[in-house]
Amino acid sequence: MGAPIEARGLVKRYGEITAVDHVDLTVQAGDVYGYLGPNGAGKTTSLRMLLGLIRPDEGSARLFGRDPLLHGARALDGVAGFVEAPRFYPYLSGRSNLELVADLDGDGARGRIDEALDTVDLADRAKDKVGGYSHGMRQRLGIAGALLRAPRLLLLDEPTTGLDPAGMRDMRLLIRRLADQGMTVLLSSHLMAEVEELCDRVAIVGVGRVLYEGALGELIAGTAGRYELRTTDDAEAAEIAARVVGDVDQTSDGLAFSADEATAAEITVALGAAGIGITALVPRTATLEELFFRMTEPSNGRPRLEEAVR
Amino acid sequence: MSAATLPLPRSARRPGVGAVYRWELRKLRAQKRTYIGLAAAVAIPLIFIFALAVDNSGGGPEELPFSAFVRETGFAIPLVCLAFGAFWLLPLLTALVAGDIVANEDQNGTLKTILTRSVERWHVFAGKVLAALTYTVALLTIYVSVGLVVGGLVWGFDPLTTLSGTRIDAGRALVLTAAGTLAYLLPLATIAAIGLLLSTVTRNSAAAVVGTLMVSIFMQIIAAISALDALDPYLLSTQFNAWQGILREPIDWDPILRSAWVCGLYALPSLGWALTAFLRRDVTGG
Repeated sequence: MGAPIEARGLVKRYGEITAVDHVDLTVQAGDVYGYLGPNGAGKTTSLRMLLGLIRPDEGSARLFGRDPLLHGARALDGVAGFVEAPRFYPYLSGRSNLELVADLDGDGARGRIDEALDTVDLADRAKDKVGGYSHGMRQRLGIAGALLRAPRLLLLDEPTTGLDPAGMRDMRLLIRRLADQGMTVLLSSHLMAEVEELCDRVAIVGVGRVLYEGALGELIAGTAGRYELRTTDDAEAAEIAARVVGDVDQTSDGLAFSADEATAAEITVALGAAGIGITALVPRTATLEELFFRMTEPSNGRPRLEEAVR
Repeated sequence: MSAATLPLPRSARRPGVGAVYRWELRKLRAQKRTYIGLAAAVAIPLIFIFALAVDNSGGGPEELPFSAFVRETGFAIPLVCLAFGAFWLLPLLTALVAGDIVANEDQNGTLKTILTRSVERWHVFAGKVLAALTYTVALLTIYVSVGLVVGGLVWGFDPLTTLSGTRIDAGRALVLTAAGTLAYLLPLATIAAIGLLLSTVTRNSAAAVVGTLMVSIFMQIIAAISALDALDPYLLSTQFNAWQGILREPIDWDPILRSAWVCGLYALPSLGWALTAFLRRDVTGG
């Protein structure tokens, strides 16, 4: 039995555009894995390849050791999820739609319909046609449809997109609860707060490329040792600090440099000796959001990982 | 995670073509277009019978098989209906569902919904082919039955004059009408296969329905060009006349046999192409 997700060198091109460019992903059992990237970074295309909906031009994807291209529907045993908004037949009721997908699942899926409807809080609207459902209700029905498969791996593509704040909160609580039950979750998102709240591992993708893959905690911890400094004379202070640490950045509201605590203290003494007052010295741990923008917004040309996690 | 904690993949009782087919029928029953098709199959023979019944001049449709006998026996009614239904009516009503059955999944974005369950793609395709065929059979059965029953009630189930000029009793007329309808099903099911192909490759319901009808009419245009008469035996439109061989004495099997293989030459490659496209396609919509 392989890892829940093992993707190697996935490539998908649409004409000139490379939507997914040699993406490697490894999701281990029990992970709540954030797949984070701006819109158009190829997240959905990657998920479609994982689910066997589209063929990769290169590379392969394995779910619990099975490749959708080689093993067809069997590769999705124990796997459920959806890409983009979940879609159902508008002219059938919510329950009928679940019955339909349950019959295409077999394996006792029909017996899980009531429980799934309860879990997503749709039991009282199950008899209504899906055509009259709100976006949030369809999103929840999508989760219910996924739960019918009693999955060990759940693939969710921006599940909170388009939901109101209460709907987003409920969806995140639901994902948290499913993860706590031991489900492995791959959550694609462009919302940093969501990923920070829910996920323990992340892959950050730029334009089709994975820029970082690893533990979320390590990524953020890797940015420690960064200081922001504001003084009564920033220009003079920059020169003094540069003599101590070598490299000082001018930012919009002061200076920034990397240093350990002793070096930071040394700078304050040097500044004091030069008669420069310190108005603020703030140790900074970058938020995921800052890291994300540093990685995904190319400053000059390609986004650079080493620059981002410096 | 160790292998022991994971249930082995359960191979027993995996759903297949049957599960897809049952749901395709249920989806057809829940959609308006199915009823538009079937309602037309009821209404057109009724309108035809009504028009004949209120027309006191004693006239009727011209230059169609059995049109001379429409007031003699109810058995002539469904046969005339079959003859004029071939021009565009029955191909259109067939295409209405066959041209939609794959494309509507694109329009609803539901292909990804059903292709991420435990059925294989070919199961889904086969279920759709069977459902489209079931609808086609239902359509034709209703169309012929309404003409036969109501026509019989109006003009009686009297003996029928065959295309050879002999007269056959009601029992034999009924059997031959049923057999003729079966023969008619061959080209109509072929239209359904072409509709399925266009539905699969165009991913657009309207384009597939109109396209199927255009294929059907295009064949009739070629048939009407006398310089191209050599092509006639191989045109789909010609196969819509093959059933008339059954309404002769003795029965003329030649057109039926030719219809069988000519229709196969159209239908099987269409389905094969559609299946290949369906298996290989990237599901990006929705």
